[in-house]
Amino acid sequence: MPPSAARYALTPALGIRKRRDIKMFSRAKTYFRKPHIVISLILLVILLFIVIVPFGKMVKDSFVWQFADARLSRNSHPGELTLFHWKRVFAGPLTQNILIRPLYNSISTSLGVSVFAMVIGAFLAWLVARTDLPFKKIVASVAVLPYVIPSYIHALAWLNLFKNDRIGGVAGVFQYLTGISPPDWLSYGYLPIVATLSLHYFPFTFLLVSAALSSIDSRLEESGEILGASRTYILRRITFPLILPALLSSFILTFSRVLGTFGTPYFLGTPVRYYTLSTQIYSNIINRIPSVGYILAFVLIAISSTVIFVNQRMIGKGKSFVTIGGKGFRIKDMPLGSLRYPFLIAIIALFCAAVVLPFTLILWQTFTLYPDDYSIRHLTLLFWTGHANTAFAEGEAGILRNPAIIGAAWNSIKLALTASLLAGLLGIFIGYAVVKGRNTRLAFSVEQLSFLPYLVPGIAFGALYLALFSHRIGPLPALYGTFFLIVLVCVAKNLPFTGRAGITSMLQIGNELEEAAETLGARWSMRFRKIILPLSLQGAISGFILVFITVMRELSLIILLVTPETRTLTTMTFRYQEQGYTQFSSAISVLIIFIVVCGEAVSKKLEKRSPANR
Amino acid sequence: MAAPIIEVRNLTKVFGTVVAVDNVSFSMEEKDFLVLLGPSGCGKTTVLRMIAGLEIPTAGEIYLKGRLVYSDEKGIFVPAREREVGLVFQSYALWPHMTVSENIAFGLKVKGMKAAAIEEKTAAITAYMQLDGLRNRYPQEMSGGQQQRVALARMLVSQPDIFLMDEPLSNLDAKLRLEMRAEIKNLHIQTGATTVYVTHDQVEGQTMASQVAVINNGILEQLSSPKTIYKRPANLFVADFIGSPAINLIEGATGAIDTEEGTTVSLERDFWKAATLYKNIQSGRDIIAAIRPENIAVVPEEGFNTIPATVKTVLPSGSETVLRVNQGDLTLSVLMTREVELFPGQHINLYLPPEHLLLFDKATGQLLNLPEKTN
Ligand SMILES: Nc1ncnc2c1ncn2[C@@H]1O[C@H](COP(=O)(O)OP(=O)(O)OP(=O)(O)O)[C@@H](O)[C@H]1O
Ligand SMILES: [Mg+2]
Repeated sequence: MPPSAARYALTPALGIRKRRDIKMFSRAKTYFRKPHIVISLILLVILLFIVIVPFGKMVKDSFVWQFADARLSRNSHPGELTLFHWKRVFAGPLTQNILIRPLYNSISTSLGVSVFAMVIGAFLAWLVARTDLPFKKIVASVAVLPYVIPSYIHALAWLNLFKNDRIGGVAGVFQYLTGISPPDWLSYGYLPIVATLSLHYFPFTFLLVSAALSSIDSRLEESGEILGASRTYILRRITFPLILPALLSSFILTFSRVLGTFGTPYFLGTPVRYYTLSTQIYSNIINRIPSVGYILAFVLIAISSTVIFVNQRMIGKGKSFVTIGGKGFRIKDMPLGSLRYPFLIAIIALFCAAVVLPFTLILWQTFTLYPDDYSIRHLTLLFWTGHANTAFAEGEAGILRNPAIIGAAWNSIKLALTASLLAGLLGIFIGYAVVKGRNTRLAFSVEQLSFLPYLVPGIAFGALYLALFSHRIGPLPALYGTFFLIVLVCVAKNLPFTGRAGITSMLQIGNELEEAAETLGARWSMRFRKIILPLSLQGAISGFILVFITVMRELSLIILLVTPETRTLTTMTFRYQEQGYTQFSSAISVLIIFIVVCGEAVSKKLEKRSPANR
Repeated sequence: MAAPIIEVRNLTKVFGTVVAVDNVSFSMEEKDFLVLLGPSGCGKTTVLRMIAGLEIPTAGEIYLKGRLVYSDEKGIFVPAREREVGLVFQSYALWPHMTVSENIAFGLKVKGMKAAAIEEKTAAITAYMQLDGLRNRYPQEMSGGQQQRVALARMLVSQPDIFLMDEPLSNLDAKLRLEMRAEIKNLHIQTGATTVYVTHDQVEGQTMASQVAVINNGILEQLSSPKTIYKRPANLFVADFIGSPAINLIEGATGAIDTEEGTTVSLERDFWKAATLYKNIQSGRDIIAAIRPENIAVVPEEGFNTIPATVKTVLPSGSETVLRVNQGDLTLSVLMTREVELFPGQHINLYLPPEHLLLFDKATGQLLNLPEKTN
């Protein structure tokens, strides 16, 4: 045996192991010197905490007796495991009422809205993108307005117009003008829900289909024309198949959004006991049967994630063929001939129904002295600027003088600002971590986790947070009732958008700009401040405004979480409406619309100014 | 002797299942200009990025100016910002939100230099790189050549002792590329910085380098002076990769032949044989002979080491003419520097000078050792 081998054989195995440990340790140390690894790990912890943990807690709570359950069952032992709630939802005498009917209502309203919104939006998109419709530019920019304002505002306007005096409360404008009391099916339930939400959601399809149409090479259509195909034939056999993927996804995304909508079905459904899953979740939680609410939230999450998953599978396949022609080709307008003006008139009518009429109704309502008296004689500024007067609204002052409302307005603005800033910043970090760590499992997990909130409908997401944060968790105090919790939920819910935006802009920025700074000796903090942040801000601003607007009009997500100290404009609207002070709720809605439309205008302006590819 | 400026030992980088850099070792002295040459995807950029500290190697060691900056064994990794090397990217990587001055001043600000000193140095370097009129422009408002200058200026202003350049000229047009080539060479001479320069343009590599490293599939095939790489390629890959038109490869076996110099090894083909300068190689061994196109001569008559051939095509280009000729089932290229009156189909004689015939082992592709005294 050569001497060195002999020495080796004498070394105890421990020595070898130790050396290997040192090597592993140093590998790990090197690994953690990459800033994006550290950031990914921090993000992972944050995401686990704001996405996964609430989910786990909700699952757990659904299997545990709650204190309030004593009212429902004599066998309840608070804190112990039970299948009681699951049985109650899925296999109890109340299943029909708790699950089946709301589920049916949710699906049927969502389907109805998706169909109408898709048809209206796609047709409008085609008119704007492919025909010689007059005033196309104006049409295109006004078309997004119904989507910008909160969805329940259409519901409030509908109530103003069509509510009848039989279901408790006062009559609407229709009855005031005609003297005819509208039937219940016109005032409440399926029809009004579908009608108002369709008017709210069609711009979504409009945007998606417009984008698809503008990316199709119109020469594909023209060559059909050259071959002598008729217009309808081209539309049916060439254009339609090409935009089919966009149509499908707008259908599915609308479907899942409507599923999670709370405000509209609450205002238009509950008065006639027409429940959807989202309102059923709300009322179960409000009535202190949270576990049942949680289980219904699971149902909602399951449906919504299934449809979104299906959509992504289909888009994955269809994508390649939408972009065949690429961009930048001249699009030839199809002459509408004698139908030009009839179409324009139809569009104007649509805008009246979706924007002008609701807004006028709401605005008018704010000036009416008595909720059911719409005459000019009795108009008043009381609800805007009036001093507190015990004769009206239980002595509440007009909204511009009312400290509670001004407080709520501040809360709203503070909430929207902090949430959009935080979500935007987190989005940039997510983009950084995902792009820098491309192809690693760590980056992949960050990306997937940040996308998860997208699958959870708003009301269910609120329920998740309620489940987790209503008690203290270890050293953390119960966050329920704090402003921070509301910020947290808004940030988490918007992460899928800001994360996506962050990834896109980081991909555009590329690695080398940061690496160049690194070789010049810049620390990570400096690279981030001087290079990454300024470069990604250019892309982040419009995303930031989008989140601001979204949070500003958010109701479904936060309705379960606000307390009197943390209430926002939207939840104030909701409370006033619930209590029948329609003038107040309308006035606050006008305020929200004002803020949101301003935000939209600012973002349009910025979009135009920022160079497309810098 | 002082420690080498750059020393790389057994450097290896694995991406997933791809071995991008495979056990590469080399060292560079002060003022060396090393060109990494190789086909696309062979790992040149990865080597450079590992030296810069932007990529963490899988194994091996790197020393810069005698300091160990990476060791797999010892668990050392010094990040890029502490290595003080200058790096120029193929894309230039200029910051689009900063003006030329701001781009250049960044490295000085990082060092915490005073504003006045920064201003002075920036002004000096912009003047030196002829960027005076452009100081307040943004990168996207400049031509490729100007951007290239800014990228160089940004690196130079920090006065690193080591320059790393990754295909800095590949985005420029041919004329500008020639100009910038001279400029970079000049910079190297003036600063004396040890430079690693990546390119896949072999002419660029040959003209600029003091040393050339040919890399293939992550493996360092050969590292020598440009002249040696050209005249004595270590293996068939290098022989074939370097030179345009490509070297002629002729399969055959060894034999023995009597010449004026005594008995030497010959290249044996079915219908002809040619003498080489090799000695002491067993007869009957399978080999591949190689000869550069410019080393083959067209001669009027048959004689020593000539073979008959038929002209296939004549491709004149400026001062040079490339002939493609057929010899049995072989096709050879011949590069002629003078005017020729040849036409396709013509029968000619080619002279293969023994001193230019290289022999490679057919099985391993390695160059067989020539006797010492030749060249
Ligand atoms: N970050 C990475 N992840 C995975 N594989 C990579 C990565 N970077 C490089 N590679 C792979 O490593 C190999 C070497 O890449 P490298 O960029 O070093 O080649 P190159 O010689 O610079 O090529 P080119 O001349 O095209 O620039 C390639 O096969 C490449 O696909
Ligand atoms: Mg490269």
